[in-house]
Amino acid sequence: MTADAALAIETRGLTKRFGARPAVDSINLLVPAGSVFGFLGPNGSGKTTTIRMLLGLASATSGNMRVLGMDLPGQLSTVLPHIGALVEGPAFYPFLSGEANLRRLDSADRYAPGSTRAWRVERALERVGLTHAAGKKVHAYSLGMKQRLGIAGALLSQRELLVLDEPTNGLDPQGTREVRNLVASFADEGTTVFVSSHLLSEIEQMCTHAAVMRAGKLVAQGTLDELRGVGAAVARLHTPDATRAREILVARGLALKQATTPDAVTLTLPAGTAPEDIVASLVRGGVRVREFTMHTATLEDRFVELTGEGFDVAD
Amino acid sequence: MSRIDADGQNRTGARRSRPSAGFALVASELSVLYRRRRTWAMLAALAAVPILIAVAVRVTARSSGGRGPAFLDQITHNGLFVGLTALIVAIPLFFPLTIGVVAGDTIAGEASHGTLRYLLIAPAGRIRLLAVKYVGAAVFSISATLAVVSSGTMIGIALFPVGPVTLLSGDTIDIGQSIVRLAVIGAFVTVSLLGLCAIGLFISTLTDVPVGAMAATIVLAVASQVLDQIPQLDWLHPWLFSHYWLDFGDLLRQPIEWTSFGENALLQFGYFAVFGALAYGRFVTKDVLS
Repeated sequence: MTADAALAIETRGLTKRFGARPAVDSINLLVPAGSVFGFLGPNGSGKTTTIRMLLGLASATSGNMRVLGMDLPGQLSTVLPHIGALVEGPAFYPFLSGEANLRRLDSADRYAPGSTRAWRVERALERVGLTHAAGKKVHAYSLGMKQRLGIAGALLSQRELLVLDEPTNGLDPQGTREVRNLVASFADEGTTVFVSSHLLSEIEQMCTHAAVMRAGKLVAQGTLDELRGVGAAVARLHTPDATRAREILVARGLALKQATTPDAVTLTLPAGTAPEDIVASLVRGGVRVREFTMHTATLEDRFVELTGEGFDVAD
Repeated sequence: MSRIDADGQNRTGARRSRPSAGFALVASELSVLYRRRRTWAMLAALAAVPILIAVAVRVTARSSGGRGPAFLDQITHNGLFVGLTALIVAIPLFFPLTIGVVAGDTIAGEASHGTLRYLLIAPAGRIRLLAVKYVGAAVFSISATLAVVSSGTMIGIALFPVGPVTLLSGDTIDIGQSIVRLAVIGAFVTVSLLGLCAIGLFISTLTDVPVGAMAATIVLAVASQVLDQIPQLDWLHPWLFSHYWLDFGDLLRQPIEWTSFGENALLQFGYFAVFGALAYGRFVTKDVLS
């Protein structure tokens, strides 16, 4: 694909500081048009702050942003009508019905024609399966219903880009699956979908591309296959002769990982290396092999490697 | 494909070409305001002021001996004075309280609901949203005055005799003209509250806690009236937004003396301009993190 023409979102050195602490630290985000792009990272890693800047809610401390080929924040008012968004949870007037809330939201968009408002609201509610609750006041909605109403709010007009911040929060497994199906249908219509999540499994099931944030920095981005590191595998060897085994493996030019137990050796196998050859050379060298297992890297391994163990709030 | 050309067209073409004037948002703002039970509770409380006064005067049916609010003694002779007396009672506290609640809630209330961020990405436009919110507060001011004047007039007609009114200038006007005068005084009181609306709007952009903005707005209204009572500060008095609040005596002369109306309107416009600009300066660059 040619550089910027096919990018829905492009940032260069985007930075946001709160006081001295950078919440988002010089990120270069490249979201291809038409992709379903997962924005991954532990809580507090700067995902929502980035989204706020992309939507003009917060100003950037430094750096450039282009969304749908328009420079931000200069052309914000031109670009926003083409973006549907769910940011940091749904928010509604509790004393109004779901339908009245959507009509209010739609009337705020000057480009949304009033003549088709009722119809578009109805269709958005239908699409997220809330037709039956349209007339109910939002304070009587469950968290899952509010979340779906939030998604309906993003669908009031034809959008080029959907930004969904943690769209499955508070949803039951069934609701989560519905959201996945919705996202797939947006992608089929050619809409670029930018989904943030701290849940890897969700991103893995929905997205074509992903980026990983850690403590305000963008640590990786690309297609899911690129992120997994195609072809590379991890091998684990159990032997009482670990020291001898390490010498042989290093001599073959293989990369070893930090050992967890004294009788284990973990190594990365580049694509095209035959595991049987390695075992043969170990045995020839007098290493008693108890167990040799191959493990193809999952996105989760990669994610943990990039963001550290656990989903703790980054300091 | 996911690009927009200079006119804001997307791949679906014509749909986006012409933005509407945006009156839909004003209509929506008013409908949200008047669909809140709180708004109606406040209007009901305001409407109750003249009813309380009228019933108290009717039940006791004895002269207050010149004490109490102006025109109180006139009520037993002419029910049309109920609305006027109630306005005088409501101006120092009830109007600032209710306007403070509505104006203080404008931006901070949306922020606390989290709906502010959704309005902004809709996109409502920050300047347009401020304007719409101010219109909402101003319309509430009109309905607040209307609630007091209309409920006062109705209860006055119901409980007391009604007849021609003698003005401060000694002239007498008939009932129809008297009601016109009441409406003019209502307009004066509404205009008086427009500066406070702008102050509330500005304070509302400073915080995400609506109660804080409401309280601060109300405190300012009370403080302004207290300062207006201190003779040593008489150089300051003409600049206080509450200075002309009770100055509608000129409207009870024949012919009507419009000077105080004009001075009041000019002062309120000054407050609108200054606090509107401050609200603009604050809100347009504000990071919306709520």
